[in-house]
Amino acid sequence: MIAVIDYKAGNLTSVMKALHAVGANAVATSCPEDIIKADKLVLPGVGHFSVTAYLEEHGLKAAIEKRVQGGVPFLGICVGLQWLFEGSTESPNTEGLKAFSGKCERFPEGMKVPHVGWNAIQVKESRLLRGVADGEHVYFTHSYRAPVITETVAVTEYGQPFTAAVERGNIMGVQFHPEKSGAVGLRILDNFARLA
Amino acid sequence: MTLTKRIIACLDVNAGRVVKGVQFVDIIDAGDPAELAHRHAEAGTDEIVLLDITATHEGRGTLIDTVRRTAKQFFVPFTVGGGIRTVDDAAAIFDAGADKVSINSAAIARPDLIDEIGSRFGAQAVIVAIDARRAARSNDPVSDAEVFVSGGRKSTGRKVVEWAREAEERGAGEILLTSMDADGTRAGFDCELTARVSEAVQIPVIASGGAGNAQHFADVLLDGKADAALAASIFHFGIADVRELKKEIAKRGVPVRLPC
Repeated sequence: MIAVIDYKAGNLTSVMKALHAVGANAVATSCPEDIIKADKLVLPGVGHFSVTAYLEEHGLKAAIEKRVQGGVPFLGICVGLQWLFEGSTESPNTEGLKAFSGKCERFPEGMKVPHVGWNAIQVKESRLLRGVADGEHVYFTHSYRAPVITETVAVTEYGQPFTAAVERGNIMGVQFHPEKSGAVGLRILDNFARLA
Repeated sequence: MTLTKRIIACLDVNAGRVVKGVQFVDIIDAGDPAELAHRHAEAGTDEIVLLDITATHEGRGTLIDTVRRTAKQFFVPFTVGGGIRTVDDAAAIFDAGADKVSINSAAIARPDLIDEIGSRFGAQAVIVAIDARRAARSNDPVSDAEVFVSGGRKSTGRKVVEWAREAEERGAGEILLTSMDADGTRAGFDCELTARVSEAVQIPVIASGGAGNAQHFADVLLDGKADAALAASIFHFGIADVRELKKEIAKRGVPVRLPC
């Protein structure tokens, strides 16, 4: 069972719908107990970084940390990816999971923000992006972005290069919305759902 | 590698059916929204917008069931507008499967609605739709273009550029700009007005109204500085094929999502 973590940050409808479309057994939940039982975890999210504080306040962060350390596959989407880093200048007092080094920052002045629409990804070999060709387009909508680091497996450029996907072992994140990225996005969710 | 310009298909819905009017009147039937949305997404459309065109003036809520049924059929971004007056209205639309809401008359009547939806669901979830008409009697009809509401029936006396700026400040993520002068004519978008608005704000602008052929899309995405262009009837009635249209405008230097 894939636990799709509901932390009251926007709606989960699209992510659930897309996971069901690839045949995954996905359940939306706000309970730490479900996180402990799940085979895989998905942390979706759009909106403000500060909403991730909910995870800590409701005992979800501790449960996620424990499972992720135990090797359970984890996929963060959009703010869910940003949360894997140390934090974000969007909400300086909210800490991320710190699974990856670096802080998320707003796109520079002079760019249209949010970065909304379909942009290309430059991909490295990864389990999450298996079968996704270099230069494929995926759908983004965000105002803050994560830096490019060693564990970056997909880079996109908007003004400057930023992390479109990150992966280290069982910990994965995508800045774009696979649930909104047509066939390419479904492929990525299917890859995740099939991870052993 | 660059952010592509979006081609958006719009479903104007009345009583659960897709309709198309010419300059907001003379409505004709164009099919089932769920079926059309699916077909458009398969055809390479980058985004789907569903507008309940009669919701505002008849005082009805948007048809949640239609939204839910339509959202099931595809996996590209989905925006819904029409009759959204409160954060709760918006929440119900998101719950039914929409990614963004488009607000128009209700935002003019109570601009705080933009802030409220934006702070709860994020700026990326709020599109402020502006129905604009050039100020025919002004010395500068573009700068003085006026905002209309209630499906284009009522002038507000507000200037388009000013209202777009206020919407941005209040936390809108995008502007959907419809030229009432061009809408339904298939004679081309209002590039001048679109460029004026696009230059005035730092958020993406979607151009709407007047699409007739590929040339029109290229014009508004290049000269009109639009980030996306929306059309309805030319897609529903098979006048334009999205993939062919994208190939055509790519030749003119518009970055688009291809293959799609």
